[in-house]
Amino acid sequence: MAVAGLLIVLFYLVLAVISPYIIPYGPYERIYMLDGSWASLQPPTLAHPLGTTDSGYDVLSQLLLGSRIAMFVGILGAFMVAVIGTTVGIVAGYYGGWIDEVVMRLVDILYGLPFIPFVIVLATVFGASVWNIIFGVALLYWLSTARVIRSEVLTVRERPYVEAAEAAGASDFRIMTVHILPNVIPLSALYAAIAVGYSIVAQASVAFLGFGDPAVPSWGVMLQRAFVTQSFGQAWWWTIPPGLSITLVVMGAYLVGRGYEEVVNPQLQEK
Amino acid sequence: MVNKRYIARRLALMVLSIFIVITILFFLFRQVPGGPMSAFTNPRMSQAARQAIIEQYGLNDPLWRQYLRYMVNVVQLDFGQSFYYGNSVSSLIFDRFVNTMSLMLTAFVISYTVGTYLGAQLGWIRGTTKERLGMVAVLFVRSMPVFWTGMVVLYVFSFQLGLFPIGGMRGTGASYSTMAEKFLSTDFLYHVALPVFTLCTYYTGLPLLLMRNNLLEVLSESYIDTARAKGLTSRRVLFVHAARNAILPVVTAFAIAIGFAVGGQVLIETVYSWPGLGREMVQASLRSDYPVAQAAFALLSVIVITMNFVADIAYTYLDPRVSLGES
Repeated sequence: MAVAGLLIVLFYLVLAVISPYIIPYGPYERIYMLDGSWASLQPPTLAHPLGTTDSGYDVLSQLLLGSRIAMFVGILGAFMVAVIGTTVGIVAGYYGGWIDEVVMRLVDILYGLPFIPFVIVLATVFGASVWNIIFGVALLYWLSTARVIRSEVLTVRERPYVEAAEAAGASDFRIMTVHILPNVIPLSALYAAIAVGYSIVAQASVAFLGFGDPAVPSWGVMLQRAFVTQSFGQAWWWTIPPGLSITLVVMGAYLVGRGYEEVVNPQLQEK
Repeated sequence: MVNKRYIARRLALMVLSIFIVITILFFLFRQVPGGPMSAFTNPRMSQAARQAIIEQYGLNDPLWRQYLRYMVNVVQLDFGQSFYYGNSVSSLIFDRFVNTMSLMLTAFVISYTVGTYLGAQLGWIRGTTKERLGMVAVLFVRSMPVFWTGMVVLYVFSFQLGLFPIGGMRGTGASYSTMAEKFLSTDFLYHVALPVFTLCTYYTGLPLLLMRNNLLEVLSESYIDTARAKGLTSRRVLFVHAARNAILPVVTAFAIAIGFAVGGQVLIETVYSWPGLGREMVQASLRSDYPVAQAAFALLSVIVITMNFVADIAYTYLDPRVSLGES
């Protein structure tokens, strides 16, 4: 299962890298019929394996280019979640006391902000762009990671080797990075893998609602166009590919995360 | 047991959170490009009429005074007048809230019933090929973006088969005298079927996975062996002995999940043109009608925050082994 997940993720990663060189048409290059009219909503043919959109654009080209935004948002989102969540969790768990109290209450408060509505507010205020989504992910998705890492750190810091390091005069920074961090890396990796999926779905959702950047072809923007033109009631070739791609990447990333967790935590394998 | 001081502290934090969220919103919405008047783009509006509106909404005052007035009004549940509809935001938002909840709670109750049952079944047949296929199916369905599922469901059942309406909450010409009549009519059921089905495909995953995992833990307990040794049917062992003890985390997940799901309602309401809170928020944002957008967002946050609180408290009541706030 984990191998299948890895293959899916790698496949889309490769697509994201090479897509600008292999797309048969420009994402917004209008296709014309023989009689000179727009090739609007044409079902799949050999020349256009996934058909065309209502404006006569090639669906396959948009789909391939869309993988770039998805992978970019997914990886950056996961990175932010892992880095912020792990740092906050380790600092709060290791120092304890008022630092822990302040940080965890902040986490509680941020939990009260519903994600998609919050990104909509950001997009209304600062204009539609991918960065709003990244910012939203960075601001709101590290919360559960931080909570889990913190409680893990609470047990790790009681272990004898941490005490030994303290007795040997190691600095707080050294204890946190050398002695505690390696113990919580598997957990943050799992949460990062889940965050890949969350970020991609978040980006697609926000774009679907019309708060994405329409100039950049992404899977969410494709679905939004298919929806607002009501073409999705007819053009399945336009809606199925981007949605299926999102589903596969999200599932693939999740399987990779689970697989990695099983490798580093053999107890899970018995179940 | 539930610690009174803990509850008091949680309540205080809850109020503080709501206060902070509303404050953040107020200041964020003042940053909208084009300013508060961008909702009134009618070029034929005279300068005098424009001034009158600015005066009426108090948009000339310094920001801190606007903020103070806003907070005083909010405490009295007065969210002002909608720029777009022209009437009171509170009654509008309440109406949308009822619509959102009617859709969401129906979907939740069905999902958690079905999910718990299927999860128990999947846990029971663990290790079989059937179970593995089932798990792949569950993970796949759970990975589908909910708005896309909605589009596919609409494509099949409305556009191709013509069985259900493509959106909205009631047929044209339908009117109801009471709330109960409105939500119990066949017209409502006809409109709610597809959105509920779509939401269920997504919501069922969490209780199902939770139930399966808990059941795996419970099945290794010795009282299960005892029950089997007594010669009980496997159905009875599963539902009377094992499932009962595995269900607890599913119950608390219910409250937390409602809190989180509220934000995602935006998507399903947009796909099915459901006149709910989320869709109202999106449209209000697009129309720069920010009294409505602010109030809708605030209410969504209040639901999330309240549900988190309820989940925490419920947990301590349901499982006497858990004690909070005594560390």
